[in-house]
Amino acid sequence: MADAATLLEVRDIARRFGSVVALRAATLTVRAGEVHALMGANGAGKSTLVKMLTGVIRPDAGSIQIRGTPRQFRSPAEARGAGLVSVYQDPALVPDLTIAQNLRLARAAPEVVRRWLAQFGFAALDFATVVRTLPLPTLRLIDLARALAAEPDILLLDEITAALPADLAQHVFAVARQWRAQGRSVIFISHRLAEISALCDRATVLRDGVTVGVVDPAQGGEERIVALMLGAPPEQPAAAGIAAAAAPAGPPALRVEGLRSGEKLRDVSFSLAAGEVLGVAALEGQGQEELFDCLAGLRRPDGGSILADGMAQRFRHPADAIRAGMVLVPADRVQALLPQRSVQENIALPLVRRLADWGALPIRAERARVADAVRRLNIDTRAAAEVRRLSGGNQQKVVIARWLAAGFRTLLCFDPTRGIDIGTKRQIYALVRELAAAGAAVLLFTSELPEIALACDRVVVLFGGRVVQELPAAQADEATLLRAAHGLASREGMAA
Amino acid sequence: MTAALLRRHATLLVMPLLVAAFLAVTVAIHPDFGAFDVQSLALGALPLALAAAAQTVVVISGGIDLSVGSLMAVANVLAASTMQHAGFGGALLIAALILLGGALAGAVNGAVLVFSRVPDVVVTLAAGFIWGGIALLILEQPGGGAPQGFLDLAGGTLGGAWLPNALVLLVVVVAAVWLPVRHSRLGLTLYAIGSDRTAAFRSGVGVDRTRLIAYVVGGVFSALGGLALTMTTGIGSPLSGTYYTLSGLAAVVVGGVSLTGGRGGMAGPMFAAYILTLIPTDLIFLNIDPNYGQVIQGTLIVLVVMGGGLATLLRTRA
Amino acid sequence: MTRLAGFLRDRSILVLALLLAALVGVIAVIRPGTVTPDWLANTLLFAAPLGLLAGGETLLLLTGGIDLSIAAVATGAAYLLSSNTAAIGTPAALLLGLALGALIGLLNGVGVAVFRVQPLVMTLGTGLMTEGAMVVYSQKIIGEEQRIPAAIVTLGSGKLAGVVPVDLFLWLPVAALLLLGLRRTGLGRLLYAVGDNQAACRLAGIRVWRVLLAAYLACGLLAALAGIVLVGITNAADLSLANVYLLPAIAAAIIGGTSIFGGRGGYGGTIVGALFLTVLDSLLTLLDAPEPIKQILYGSIILLLAATYTRLTD
Repeated sequence: MADAATLLEVRDIARRFGSVVALRAATLTVRAGEVHALMGANGAGKSTLVKMLTGVIRPDAGSIQIRGTPRQFRSPAEARGAGLVSVYQDPALVPDLTIAQNLRLARAAPEVVRRWLAQFGFAALDFATVVRTLPLPTLRLIDLARALAAEPDILLLDEITAALPADLAQHVFAVARQWRAQGRSVIFISHRLAEISALCDRATVLRDGVTVGVVDPAQGGEERIVALMLGAPPEQPAAAGIAAAAAPAGPPALRVEGLRSGEKLRDVSFSLAAGEVLGVAALEGQGQEELFDCLAGLRRPDGGSILADGMAQRFRHPADAIRAGMVLVPADRVQALLPQRSVQENIALPLVRRLADWGALPIRAERARVADAVRRLNIDTRAAAEVRRLSGGNQQKVVIARWLAAGFRTLLCFDPTRGIDIGTKRQIYALVRELAAAGAAVLLFTSELPEIALACDRVVVLFGGRVVQELPAAQADEATLLRAAHGLASREGMAA
Repeated sequence: MTAALLRRHATLLVMPLLVAAFLAVTVAIHPDFGAFDVQSLALGALPLALAAAAQTVVVISGGIDLSVGSLMAVANVLAASTMQHAGFGGALLIAALILLGGALAGAVNGAVLVFSRVPDVVVTLAAGFIWGGIALLILEQPGGGAPQGFLDLAGGTLGGAWLPNALVLLVVVVAAVWLPVRHSRLGLTLYAIGSDRTAAFRSGVGVDRTRLIAYVVGGVFSALGGLALTMTTGIGSPLSGTYYTLSGLAAVVVGGVSLTGGRGGMAGPMFAAYILTLIPTDLIFLNIDPNYGQVIQGTLIVLVVMGGGLATLLRTRA
Repeated sequence: MTRLAGFLRDRSILVLALLLAALVGVIAVIRPGTVTPDWLANTLLFAAPLGLLAGGETLLLLTGGIDLSIAAVATGAAYLLSSNTAAIGTPAALLLGLALGALIGLLNGVGVAVFRVQPLVMTLGTGLMTEGAMVVYSQKIIGEEQRIPAAIVTLGSGKLAGVVPVDLFLWLPVAALLLLGLRRTGLGRLLYAVGDNQAACRLAGIRVWRVLLAAYLACGLLAALAGIVLVGITNAADLSLANVYLLPAIAAAIIGGTSIFGGRGGYGGTIVGALFLTVLDSLLTLLDAPEPIKQILYGSIILLLAATYTRLTD
């Protein structure tokens, strides 16, 4: 069964959590010398499978074999011993220890790690630095270098390129190719189909806890992957249908002038009309986080002005921003939700934000408002008693539903589809369009450039904390955006 | 670079200075402060310092142990009730057995919280009841005793009259237990699980095992604290420990160990134990009601933590 | 099995209530004739101060906090009341006691909510301060008349028609207020929300510090109230009056199913928890169990119930 070229063989693995079946019968075969993609919508069982491969949880049934030998991992350390090492989206580095101590913790050889880091362009990194003080992309690459130093036969990269700047992502791809060339394997997990088709040799697709197919992602395989993930023939990309043809010419709902804050946000100006969706495109760390934080009242600007409906605003707290009609949907649902509370309480949360609301709750009116928002967003409420039991996509819908129930003028969406499967993604963008059509203003940042054209009327590109280009969405193809986001087209862009 | 280094080891600089300042004040208000007073200071601080040591290990690993005082009481009554008629050699043997028992008791605490998945606060709160009951079972009323030679381990002085045994003993036992831990990979894993459990686990640290070991080391320190109580009071008392759970925690906080885990060292709480012991002494010298000592201790804790909070607040604003 | 676990998870009160009933059953069986209306009245009487203390603790556990100063506050309030009644009269002395609760509660609240201090440490510090201050105060007023107002004695140990404990008339409204308040008011909703995820509350425009401040203030007031009832029961204010109630108050909330991590639980469970601990205590007294055995059993039961809930909710 396991021919010589098979490195990892997972057969009919299953796992349930209480009454929820996370994996029914997942199969995964990884050959030596390939980059293998693991795909699946949210809730398909992908992360459960990863946790089993890395020894975080144990399967109820099925087997894992490495080079034909059955293995049972009880911890990541054991998996590492068997030649399987993972790198995650959130780096496995201990914040209060120095880099050197972190390497010692994982028994990684500092010289080897340094060599890899030099290859990634971090030759000058001081290993006595406390990890807490380093930016996230740097941490991810340290984590990757540390994993590589263990010389694993199988390298598992779990969403490591999510929100990683393009130049650093290139290093990751280079490493994956290098590993393949050495006859070793990489399991690559990403929501970005473009990456998958460019990099991977084969893709295993999971749906509802079962392996539904193994696909060659190159040459039109993308559509097949999407089809397998969705379990139904893919709808035609709704992009053109959704995006409004002409930008509506209303009064500006939001006007930002010369906004700056800290090192990252230097000088940003734009205006956003009611009924318009304005995209923000930028590589990691170009000031977009600071921009959204300032607009949502989470951060105080050092200068510049924010005008909502023509009124100058100074936000000291998100409550001030909400009062001015500006509400935020963050990338990380965990940041926005009350995991142990019900869908109802989560959606109704902003309704009790004033001191005057501390008294008796208008339960009936609230229930009606919540039910309305749930209906409009088509939220699956089977697990409504605790939001943490909802899928990622449904959780994000709850965050949006909260603002529907509370009311707003300007919706600030910061990478709202991060880590969300393609089906829910489309629903969320359709909703964004619908809201805009109903008169809302939407500011939308997404780390996935192709999505800009899908949902926006217009786009501003940030680079180095400044707006370097402004385009109608029709002209915002990926290549143009990418050039601008790298700061390459600033002059002609400003002129245009 | 040096600035960063200074910031990281700020407590190591500040704490000795603070102790020196307190001593200076003491000498200023009480010029007769002499060798005998130093000796009683060291004696008074010994059990508190060991309780703080027990708490420090656990807190660094991200836990908290509300049973330190009860465990100390168990060791205290066990020692006083068995050593009474023993010789010096016998007493040392018993002490060694009690230390072993302390490690075991710590292991029980640790095992229960690892396997039951109940939060540390709850488990050690309940364990505090249980150990307290066991102490009462062993010795209902204060009593028992220990051979003079054993008492002198803490009571006497070494060399001149200015170096109390209690201080030497403290330095020796804390160094003997903590230094090997701190400088091994185990020490690294203790800090790692206190700082970020998930990251530590993914780095290959056996989190459950390390948590358990933290409580084992804590148990040894608690047992040492109980033995110190026997040495300094000469008897066993089942309620002797109650004060030390919270005071030990106070010393940990004043000593600059972060209660969220992963940050801080052993030296800070040791100095803090001396400061917390000096306060009531100074009050007596000043003819102030020594009961103010507790008010000051509480105020000190509140000021230290609020100061820390304020610093963080200002940093995030800036 | 899993369905049963799911059922029980949502009804941890039920588990505890069954255990409580079983405990009463045991008493009735081993000492026939003990379980009388009178016994019931006494149990409720003694459970009231614990229930009040545990009520404040429940509010804080829900926010992810804890208060170690409640015993000192309760004792302090009782002591202020008894030592000032003679001089300034009952109402003023009562207010003085409650003011202490409000003061320490506010101080805790400011520390936790504004300075972001860990609740455990903050309240440990204020507890030590309060306790020490009371000792100093008692030295100052030594020899002055200690008087506990008759009304307070009636409140603490009186029984209406010889059966219904008077302190129930305080506990019941407070309980109703807490139960309804947690479920049906904005503040109650926010206590859970803050305990579940503070960052999310901030994003939703909630000023978290106000919620925390209110919770700590309420806990301080409840502690003072409990101290006043307690001094009515014992009819003598000494400086360790409420000390033995500190850990049981926390325990009552925890075995009542309130999570120490916040966001989950309620006062209903705490009431049953307080009754359970009181009945357990009376059973052990009935069996002539020596103090050490009591303590060991007490600890084991808390541990066992906490472990069971953890298994059920995971």
